[in-house]
Amino acid sequence: MGATPNGFNLDSTGKRIVVDPVTRIEGHMRCEVNVDEQGIIRNAVSTGTMWRGLEVILKGRDPRDAWAFTERICGVCTGTHALTSVRAVEDALGITIPNNANSIRNIMQLNLEIHDHVVHFYHLHALDWVNPINALKADPKATSELQQIVSPSHPMSSPGYFRDVQNRLKAFVESGQLGLFKNGYWDNPAYLLPPEADLMATTHYLEALDLQKEIVKIHTIFGGKNPHPNWLVGGVPCPINVDGTGSVGAINMERLNMVSSIIDKCMEFNKNVYIPDVVAIGGFYKNWLYGGGLSGKSVMAYGDIPENPNDFSAENLYLPRGAIINGNLNEVHDVDQRDPEQVQEFVDHSWYTYGEPGKGLHPWDGVTEPKYELGPNAKGTRTNIIELDEAAKYSWIKAPRWKGHAMEVGPLARYVVGYAKGHEDIKNQVDGLLRTMNLPLTALFSTLGRTAARALESEYCGRLQKHFFDKLVQTIKNGDSTTANVEKWDPKTWPKEAKGVGATEAPRGALGHWIKIKDGRIENYQCVVPTTWNGSPRDVAGNIGAFEASLMDTKMERPEEPVEILRTLHSFDPCLACSTHVMSPDGHEMANVKVR
Amino acid sequence: MDHQNVMSPDGQPQSILILGIGNVLWADEGFGVRCVERLAERFSFPPTVRVLDGGTQGLYLLPFLEEADALIVFDAVDYGLTPGTMKIVEGDEVPAFMGAKKMSLHQTGFQDVIATARLMGYCPGRLLLIGCQPKELEDFGGGLRAVTAAQIDPAIAVALDQLSRWGVAVETGRADDSLLADPAIRRDAYEAGRPSEDQACRTGDKRFFPEQA
Repeated sequence: MGATPNGFNLDSTGKRIVVDPVTRIEGHMRCEVNVDEQGIIRNAVSTGTMWRGLEVILKGRDPRDAWAFTERICGVCTGTHALTSVRAVEDALGITIPNNANSIRNIMQLNLEIHDHVVHFYHLHALDWVNPINALKADPKATSELQQIVSPSHPMSSPGYFRDVQNRLKAFVESGQLGLFKNGYWDNPAYLLPPEADLMATTHYLEALDLQKEIVKIHTIFGGKNPHPNWLVGGVPCPINVDGTGSVGAINMERLNMVSSIIDKCMEFNKNVYIPDVVAIGGFYKNWLYGGGLSGKSVMAYGDIPENPNDFSAENLYLPRGAIINGNLNEVHDVDQRDPEQVQEFVDHSWYTYGEPGKGLHPWDGVTEPKYELGPNAKGTRTNIIELDEAAKYSWIKAPRWKGHAMEVGPLARYVVGYAKGHEDIKNQVDGLLRTMNLPLTALFSTLGRTAARALESEYCGRLQKHFFDKLVQTIKNGDSTTANVEKWDPKTWPKEAKGVGATEAPRGALGHWIKIKDGRIENYQCVVPTTWNGSPRDVAGNIGAFEASLMDTKMERPEEPVEILRTLHSFDPCLACSTHVMSPDGHEMANVKVR
Repeated sequence: MDHQNVMSPDGQPQSILILGIGNVLWADEGFGVRCVERLAERFSFPPTVRVLDGGTQGLYLLPFLEEADALIVFDAVDYGLTPGTMKIVEGDEVPAFMGAKKMSLHQTGFQDVIATARLMGYCPGRLLLIGCQPKELEDFGGGLRAVTAAQIDPAIAVALDQLSRWGVAVETGRADDSLLADPAIRRDAYEAGRPSEDQACRTGDKRFFPEQA
């Protein structure tokens, strides 16, 4: 098969391993790899069932309602989709939002980043590195000593505390309802932590559960409710009335104080628990630097968190924007979502058709016409695929490209772009972490680098949240309590035809919604979500996508136990929730691993 | 392992959560959410009862579970029965049945939410699942099928019956709907506003629905 244009040598002659579904992710995903005689992955194929034609639902509806629909396509990024949607509509109709709305939206978006990063690390990803069953063997006293070395400022570290957690864990495991910890490969030699580190990390899994309950209260305060907060084209739906006491829905001092205290708790958790854990766990896996994939070659971020409202220029954004190609970190290209030549989606290896091969379409002109056909070398049937033929169409995910390049998006992409641009906060964090761990910059381009970037970003987002909270309070003190601009609420004020784009940095990466409005109704609506970028199949030139690239050259300890594959795929925090997945009849979602 | 929340002297639950779960965008998957919508349109409850649209949320639901000592869940659950068949499950049987779903839009499915609440020691002590066998799940953007929609009122009757056994005074009227879906995606608006088939292609993704399942 040979070399791809983006620099990977593919060889599909070895044993084929099929993992379906990839567990602990949102939605359904399948991956197939070929390993050589040493168990090293030499070819990787990722496929998804992302049926992502949201226009199927939104055509003809009121653009002001689109957020409520997009909020439902995912159980995790609810708020991010809603924010992206209202931004797209505002962009199309030339609606500006007031300063307070910008601060509140930023606080909510940052809150969601922190929530998602913490939940992802402790509840979806940690089990790739941490063995909760092994934690039952730990000595609570030694765990306490370890905790005090890892994070001296974390108050919960007594031997009795760890003993209690261990007993609770034991009772849970013995109750037979292993539930959360089922389907693990707990005796696989890829797990390297001593029992004490496993107990410490499992304890923090529980602490993270307590914290995440607090975090989401911010959404209730500003969005009126949770888990499906309210959003508003033109601003935010919550009025501010600082003199009021307990008036329904309005933001008063009491609620602002609650927000402030939640922000502080997040910052403490990041500083005392999350980052020290990543350093400590990462320390045991320092030699496991697989999984870099595209991260050191081609990465892209749209940027987010504007300081001033309505200004999405790169200089006004705290989370950086830019694209790096071919590993040249000395040049960061700007990204323009409107340019028809930049973001394009291809379908040569996807189960859609544009009528002609090699054609890319900008999302404003996107079409979703399914064409389901298996390649000549696929094994199985149309309803029960045993092995995909990656030389033909093999995924429901389209292949988005930036100027023809396959790109990685997400926290690591943002951090690589930020680092390359000399973003001061990001550079300090990255250099500090690498110094602490005594690792070179190249170590960043790895599965662990992705995981570490997410932790650093969570910490940075905490500080930004504080900044926007202070800014909000200051603006209110100055007498401005405006939260919405309703000048163009009435569709009579809209042009006959309009189009717009909304972009955010979702926890998992660059997210864009493209909208066309005609006669006050939605004419076309396309979303290109982060996992479409990362999980994309090959393109017509043969470039492999970010997931595929990240699996290349990884050594598997036991090919029938895909710990390494899960580790790396989970490090992207994949979300294919617009799709569906299948459970086995007894309800246990097993990763069905087949070695051929 | 479940905690015992404060009970009234007669042993009745003091805080009840009525939860509808599922994804309204996937036809009959929306059954649970539509049930709580209708319930809130027709009845009013004392402040000890909360009505919540849980969508496909996972861990976000934990705070609500923590505050409740009794939980009623409406959901479309695939038991392989005739479409529209109701299935009522109580107590410890609930988690296993929730997991019987062929399809879930969320890896942190409700089964995991219950397991997590148990691990944390605050799972409501009383559980009632009111499930309905869906007819169609694969229609993205579609609404409830008639056979499933017809079970909304019977499902509500089951809940009301349980509430009365828990000593809750239910009256005709409207419940607090602040935790339900935005009006734009409530059932009538959602189903009436669907783009026509020639406006928007509806071909679904058959690949991941094996015939034998």
